[in-house]
Amino acid sequence: MENNENKKGGTNRRKFLKLGLMSGVAAVAGASLASNLVIDDEKEKTSGEKMRLLTPDGKIVEVDADNINKYPEALVTPEESRKGIPNRKFVMVIDLAKCKNARKCVESCQRAHKLDPHEEFMKVQLIQNNEEGSPYWFPKPCFHCDEPPCVTVCPTGATFKRDDGIVLIDNNRCIGCKFCVTSCPYSARQFNWGHKDKFEDKSQPYSPETSVPAAEGTVMKCDFCPDLLRQGELPHCAKSCPMGVIYFGDKNEDIVTNGEETLRFSQLIKDRGGYRHLEHLGTKPNVYYLPPKNRQFPLERGFGDDEEINERYKDVPYVKELKKQGKI
Amino acid sequence: MNINERKKELVKEFSPILEKTSKTSKLWFGFLIAIILVGLYAFVTQFIKGHIVTGMRDNVVWGVYIINFIFFVGVSYSGAFISGILHFFKTPLKNAVSRIIEIITVLSIVIGPIFILLCIGRLDRLHYLFVYPRIQSPITWDIIAIITDLIGCFIYLYLTFIPDFAILRDSNNLDLPEWRKKLYKFLAMNYQDTPSQRERLHKITRTMSTMVIAMAIVAYTVLAWIFSLTLQPGWNSTIFAPYFIIAGLYSGVGVIIVAMFLIRKYFKLEKYIVKEHFTWAGLILLVIALFAYFTFSDYFAKWFSHKTNDSQLLNTLFTRYFWQFIFANYIGVIIPLVILFVKKFRTINNITIAGFVAFISLWLNRYLIVVPTLETPYLPIQDTRPEYIHYTATWVEWALSLTGIAAFFLFFLLLIKFIPIIPISGIIDDERKEELQTNTTNN
Repeated sequence: MENNENKKGGTNRRKFLKLGLMSGVAAVAGASLASNLVIDDEKEKTSGEKMRLLTPDGKIVEVDADNINKYPEALVTPEESRKGIPNRKFVMVIDLAKCKNARKCVESCQRAHKLDPHEEFMKVQLIQNNEEGSPYWFPKPCFHCDEPPCVTVCPTGATFKRDDGIVLIDNNRCIGCKFCVTSCPYSARQFNWGHKDKFEDKSQPYSPETSVPAAEGTVMKCDFCPDLLRQGELPHCAKSCPMGVIYFGDKNEDIVTNGEETLRFSQLIKDRGGYRHLEHLGTKPNVYYLPPKNRQFPLERGFGDDEEINERYKDVPYVKELKKQGKI
Repeated sequence: MNINERKKELVKEFSPILEKTSKTSKLWFGFLIAIILVGLYAFVTQFIKGHIVTGMRDNVVWGVYIINFIFFVGVSYSGAFISGILHFFKTPLKNAVSRIIEIITVLSIVIGPIFILLCIGRLDRLHYLFVYPRIQSPITWDIIAIITDLIGCFIYLYLTFIPDFAILRDSNNLDLPEWRKKLYKFLAMNYQDTPSQRERLHKITRTMSTMVIAMAIVAYTVLAWIFSLTLQPGWNSTIFAPYFIIAGLYSGVGVIIVAMFLIRKYFKLEKYIVKEHFTWAGLILLVIALFAYFTFSDYFAKWFSHKTNDSQLLNTLFTRYFWQFIFANYIGVIIPLVILFVKKFRTINNITIAGFVAFISLWLNRYLIVVPTLETPYLPIQDTRPEYIHYTATWVEWALSLTGIAAFFLFFLLLIKFIPIIPISGIIDDERKEELQTNTTNN
């Protein structure tokens, strides 16, 4: 029922948009653009070649060869990726008490999304809320907000919110205005500033659900790995965390899991005092945090051998203090 | 008074600029084109290599381009404002500067939006703005507002040109190539300066002059909203739209004063552009220095309530950007105030200095609104790459900024070669009125 209503709202909005566009375009550039738009919307791709297919319920149907999705299994086209996985509402819970900055989430995410060393969809920050406060490791993906400021400001609809709660970017449509980057209060978005060879790698067709291959001059960010979700798997970060910090699940079913234990989402939030980062901004994130209480590891375990990474946290008061005492 | 004789006289007076290009002018053209060529090279570099050649990175994703955009649109808006207001004053003073201001208005609304295009990562997809538009996005509002403003300004400028096109068409003693004469004839739209035509044109022009003010205010408000509608600590402020409106006027009047000074010197128009113009413009600047009150109010509220992120921003402003902040928000206001407040200091040169300081400080003021805010996001930047932590504009950005200014001058000089810089029709109108007045008093 709710779904239907959503759909209705969606088409109404689209109609309204088209109306706005029509009047705007008519004033600006004349009818040529408007006719373009219509063609673009109603274009029927036909090759003339027909193919016979067997549907799951045993019927034989004949379809045009061009209408067949040539994408590999679990990879959907940019158009299909706007719909979302039916009846799901994805949610992530990050248990700050367990995180020791092992960076496995960052690394596996980078591998899966073909990211370079400094490109991180998942960032691990060191946060100290106040001078007295105990600092904690803070894994930060995109929060996939229910009121996403990035989506509101996008002038082309390149970034969008799906019914299953995921916010994705279609880098085929992004014009690179970067307004979404400035409007995200969590610095979740990254821009592809220059050309990289990996953008040319066409071995895998582009899908907003994998964010691969990235494109120059467009924005990218954490996508919650919908390609894995479609196959019933956890996102790369949740799968790879050795401490089971990251729980992922479905709010509709009220279940989250880190691969080892499966918990009731609502109960977990209630029992452990789950909260959302910067709640007061009203963005309604879908990523929840469990406070770093009863830590399983001392904070220092998070400082590894990589000097570059340790250096990132040098401005945190606690780290400054440690340095002064000569402990690092 | 024989009006036709007087027209001929005036055309003759302005004919040197219209007919030929002096040596210094040619030098200037060469110089400006050279700058523009460097800018084109910079643009091609940016287009081929991507935005990596700019100083912008993931935190500061908008740099001097967007500041230039705000600046030029602000100049255009204040031009529209001042020229609209001038139309209500029927003094001979108005005529001498009205065209200069109108041309400034149009040129800056043409050049400003080019800077926003430079911010866009995929210029090849620019048409997506029309193919997949989203009316919810403030960028879409901005595009609509600016295009409307642009068209409005063009129509307005053209309307003010028509009587002069007619005069140029009717002047046989001008030594001009055939195509230009034909063009004047075409552009004059058969305007014969009959009383009814004149009356109608005046009416339309006056209506347009008010419309242009409204459009400019809308465009500039939407521009301010691009910032204030986001959640960023330094931008999310209700004061931004009115603040931009007033501050834009301050920088715009500054630019107009400097432009009047340069044009007066360059074209030797001391007879037309007189000290009174500068005094009046200076007084407007003095009143508009009120914008400092907005600046103060905005920063004061942030400082007094000291929310964490606001304090961080202020901390950045008062450490890393200390001198820029002092210049933009203190010196940039105090120098013009002192010059303009004390009657003794109000010489043409001093007022020009005040104007210059005003617009430079306002440009810096915008820089301090855009860049430090992006350098202090909600979540601390934990990065080791210096270019990701702090923004420094690269040569590409500076070259393109200078190109914007050079293009502004170049177009200005070209337009001035095409149409008299002081509206001849306006001079005649004024004289006609004067004559009428003396006649009635004599009777």
